[in-house]
Amino acid sequence: MYFTDAHEELRQHIRRFLEKEVKPHLEEWEEAMFPDSIVRRFGELGFLGLRYPPEYGGQGGDYFSAVVLSEEMARAGCGGLGMAVAVQAEMATPPVNKFGTHEQKQRFLAPAIAGTAIAAIAMTEPDAGSDLAGIQTVARKDGDQWVLNGRKIFITNGARASWILVVAKSDRERGHSGYNLIVVEKGTPGFQVTRTLKKLGMHSSDTAELLFEDCRVPAGNLIGDEGEGWKQLMWELQGERMIAAAGEVAGAERITEYAMDYAKSRQAFGQPIAGFQVIKHRLVDMATRTACVRSFVYETAQRWDKGEYPVREISQAKLLASQNAVWVADQAIQILGGHGYMREFPVERAWRDARLGRIGAGTDEIMKEIIGKSYGL
Amino acid sequence: MKIVVTVKQIPDPNAPQKLTSDNRLDRGGEAVLDPGDEYGVEAGLKLKEAHGGEVVLVSMGPAKAADAIRKGLSMGADRAIHVSDDSLAGADALLTAQILAAAIKPENPDLVICGTESTDGSTGMVPPMLAELLGMPQATFAKQVEVKGDKVSVHRQTNEGYEVVEAQAPALVTVTAGVGEPRYASLKGIMAARSKEVKKVELSALGIEKGSPAESVEGVADAETRKAGEVIEDDGNAAERILAFLVQVKAV
Ligand SMILES: Cc1cc2nc3c(=O)[nH]c(=O)nc-3n(C[C@H](O)[C@H](O)[C@H](O)COP(=O)(O)OP(=O)(O)OC[C@H]3O[C@@H](n4cnc5c(N)ncnc54)[C@H](O)[C@@H]3O)c2cc1C
Repeated sequence: MYFTDAHEELRQHIRRFLEKEVKPHLEEWEEAMFPDSIVRRFGELGFLGLRYPPEYGGQGGDYFSAVVLSEEMARAGCGGLGMAVAVQAEMATPPVNKFGTHEQKQRFLAPAIAGTAIAAIAMTEPDAGSDLAGIQTVARKDGDQWVLNGRKIFITNGARASWILVVAKSDRERGHSGYNLIVVEKGTPGFQVTRTLKKLGMHSSDTAELLFEDCRVPAGNLIGDEGEGWKQLMWELQGERMIAAAGEVAGAERITEYAMDYAKSRQAFGQPIAGFQVIKHRLVDMATRTACVRSFVYETAQRWDKGEYPVREISQAKLLASQNAVWVADQAIQILGGHGYMREFPVERAWRDARLGRIGAGTDEIMKEIIGKSYGL
Repeated sequence: MKIVVTVKQIPDPNAPQKLTSDNRLDRGGEAVLDPGDEYGVEAGLKLKEAHGGEVVLVSMGPAKAADAIRKGLSMGADRAIHVSDDSLAGADALLTAQILAAAIKPENPDLVICGTESTDGSTGMVPPMLAELLGMPQATFAKQVEVKGDKVSVHRQTNEGYEVVEAQAPALVTVTAGVGEPRYASLKGIMAARSKEVKKVELSALGIEKGSPAESVEGVADAETRKAGEVIEDDGNAAERILAFLVQVKAV
């Protein structure tokens, strides 16, 4: 049992909220991106702080309450908004909650939980993505300030963020203990959003390129102890991969159900296409693989929730869940035929949105590198 | 201010409704808090926010109705009274009103809020009967409820607009969807609801003798299917033919 009846009750409320206040606008937001006001609404309802301490406005729940939100966002077909909410609640804020001081939590975490601040996390750079250790952004200590110089790219929420958790290098000599996580607030001189990028999917979310030029922030914006950034980041990435996997399973389920309904009602050669064995077996494969991935994701999420650090399994769950989501969406397009290729039907967007899963939060190849290493390969 | 809101668990109105062999609604499937009662809870919580006090839910229903009650508690109601007794299965409107009245009376509320009618039975009879049994004035179809001193003032929805109706508290009010979208419960609210008091009351404790029901269902027949209408194809004089039809049915 992963979900209690309290989780299920929460699920009903989230579902009704998405039904009434989000789904009617999704098409419009695909064109114009979602408004900041919807993030505030998520905050008002407590959905951005489901598992954060009540002291900072959180709801004090467990990891599975975050899983419920991620699943319902995916089931509602939220795409980019789902990603933005996940970045806010499960990627940019966890390091502040886990490693930050009380004062930092009041300044950065509480407004992000309330939805009055939008948060982002910036690791990737034009010349370093998978090879995170190769980032060029430098943070130099100058008296009681940090001075940042560098570029970040593909940053979700980056264009609108009130604050950004920036991964920077401070000491080239110190290897993995030369990195730091530093918060940069919007409007800080020397920080600018240089571009908003156009992309294949996740259209309702903004993806930005950022520039830091002699950008000075107070020393108090360093999260945790100096030189701990790499360890903090590796920990953060586990949570990021875990929540992505949960959403991807629910997205695959939604598309499988959609394709089943379609195949039962679409007629060809005098019968529903679900009657053709090749289509039926395809649907069965979609449902079966998704069910298996789901079990594995839940099992791993439970270990993460209990405070274990199962890097191998989290990487496996993320790898499998994102590959499955893309594969399922691709099968669904085939089952819908020409309709599947059209914007009026949800499966082409599901495919475009899901395709990110095999790249973001670490590529398939990087997951396999991590898993391989865990087996001593 | 003490506000009682009556709540009922009903079969999920979005699922197909079935009858049991004795012509009662089959309550075996998925069940939910009556959406009409969610508006009652919302109205009660708004008044509590404005005036302070307490919102008490009162429900009659089988053991599993506890889920519907808990939903109201998750939204923010303070506590609940749940009258549950196997012998009450199939209770008609009058018996229901008697039970609710007996459970509500000892609470001495300032205001009782009900939905206008249940979404499953749709008799709309329980609230007026309940008002009568409690000796309270009733104001029905309220799309807005205000309390000023010891007066309850409502905007009573009518076909033409609304009437402003005032009653002396304690009073009973039935509310429509006009009172505002029921709030979403937060996880904190959901968790807190699990430790709120739900007082279980049995029939014997209310001192009510269950007589034979005043209503019984003698039979059930399908509604007559609507006959296909006449389609008027426009061959140049459709307007006249439509006008002739409207005159014939005295619509114009
Ligand atoms: C829509 C979107 C949103 C994003 N949001 C964020 C965000 O909010 N914050 C953030 O920091 N980043 C974000 N990213 C960046 C994302 O995490 C990176 O794109 C990803 O980690 C890959 O890095 P890269 O693009 O530099 O690819 P590269 O590292 O250049 O990889 C190119 C190819 O080489 C392969 N490769 C690299 N190294 C190896 C190896 N050792 N063995 C085998 N193959 C290898 C990769 O798997 C890939 O196939 C986002 C990306 C997208 C597309």
